Amino acid sequence: MTAPFEPGRGYELNPAVALRPEPFGALAYHFGNRRLSFLKAPELVELVRGLGSHRCISDALTTVPEGRRDAYLRALASLAAADMIVPQTATSEVA
Amino acid sequence: MTIASRQTAPAERVPALVEQFKGGLAAPICLTWEWTYACNLSCTHCLSSSGRRDPGELTTAEMRSVIDELRAMQVFYVNVGGGEPTVRPDFWELLDYSIANQVGVKFSTNGLRLDAERAQRLAATDYVDVQVSLDGASREINDAVRGDGSYSMALRAMENLAEAGFKNFKISVVMTRHNVPQLDDFAALADRFAAQLRITRLRPSGRGADVWPELHPTDQQQREIYSWLTDHGDRVLTGDSFFHLNALGGSPLPGLNLCGAGRVVCLIDPVGDVYACPFAIHDAFKAGTVRAPGGFARVWRSAPLFAELRTETSGGACRSCSAYSACQGGCMAAKFFTGLPLDGPDPECVKGHGASALSAVGGGLPRAGTDHSHRSREVPLGMPSVRVPAKLCDLSPLAGTA
Repeated sequence: MTAPFEPGRGYELNPAVALRPEPFGALAYHFGNRRLSFLKAPELVELVRGLGSHRCISDALTTVPEGRRDAYLRALASLAAADMIVPQTATSEVA
Repeated sequence: MTIASRQTAPAERVPALVEQFKGGLAAPICLTWEWTYACNLSCTHCLSSSGRRDPGELTTAEMRSVIDELRAMQVFYVNVGGGEPTVRPDFWELLDYSIANQVGVKFSTNGLRLDAERAQRLAATDYVDVQVSLDGASREINDAVRGDGSYSMALRAMENLAEAGFKNFKISVVMTRHNVPQLDDFAALADRFAAQLRITRLRPSGRGADVWPELHPTDQQQREIYSWLTDHGDRVLTGDSFFHLNALGGSPLPGLNLCGAGRVVCLIDPVGDVYACPFAIHDAFKAGTVRAPGGFARVWRSAPLFAELRTETSGGACRSCSAYSACQGGCMAAKFFTGLPLDGPDPECVKGHGASALSAVGGGLPRAGTDHSHRSREVPLGMPSVRVPAKLCDLSPLAGTA
């Protein structure tokens, strides 16, 4: 159902998903499929919130320290698999 | 918990999620909200000793303001129960209000109001889920606990939901000594209605305290439940209620494996009192009331009881047990209402420590804080016995209104 994760593409938080700040990071709730996911680091929350302003995942990852990029890439892949983040639509793309 | 947790960040950098949860969350994940103590049934194991409406129950306006607050706190859904929640005249109005405010509702019902028309309306409503209670896959076993006619009522409701195309509604079963052998039958019933089976643990809470000694599963049955869940766990919900069985070893059951009381779980009762969990309606676990200044948010964030529950527990007598990390000492409410110390073994400890601790408990068990049971009494008039209500309106909250 969800398209394969492509770090070369731009992603954004699914409009059907709300992020609730938590001491450990955030709780993500998908209003469509009613699933919960947990973002287990505040830095990851920032990354996810800011995804929409980057033209691709790899570009967004440059905002976090190099040592953690692989881990966050995996986290983003699993968020994409859970439909929490989705490819940017044409209208929401930024130049 | 009926949640799908995903490890989304590198495990080496942050403690396991379950460790994070022990310190509590900004808002509950699993909030049970009982909308009324009124119920048309008198189930022998009722956790909340329901039956008669409490005159102090939250008004429609108060209910709405709690919903507003839940929305602000981003509580994305609530588990509504009772009593029989659909008995409230404003039930459907409040359901709509909650959904419109992005607080989804899963409500538990014995099926009373789920006629064909209502089932169709529910099937057409997003963001609502229905959980029909059934404690036997056969009429005899169900009605012995839930009362005459309750099996037919539940089955009719399920038929209506299925016919209306309501997919994946829940069939919720409390596991007892008599229905453990019916696990496969329950699963078949769920398949028949395109529903999902949910099984939970019998707690000695409310009226459940009276029947727990005779009704709770035997040691052998506990092992059967565990192995059945190991085989079918991916399709069956448990409300995380069997985590004490993880001490049986092997693969842990899906779920948080944690007592969530005051950490990720709590209860708002029909009069607005907030308790640490739905199985602990007793002053010892009352954290406050939504009617006080600051409302529910203040209770959740600042109640001294919740702060205490969010600290690390000592493990007490269980600490030296090899299974402690697997079972975490079990269920707080089950211990409390059977007279066991909270830092000791669960009464159904699979290592047998609970049974030996229970044998040392004297009389004077703590009783549920509130009792709204119907005031009828069993009068033996030969066979069958007849229930005699003290007043007509005690028989059913609907008496005279139909």
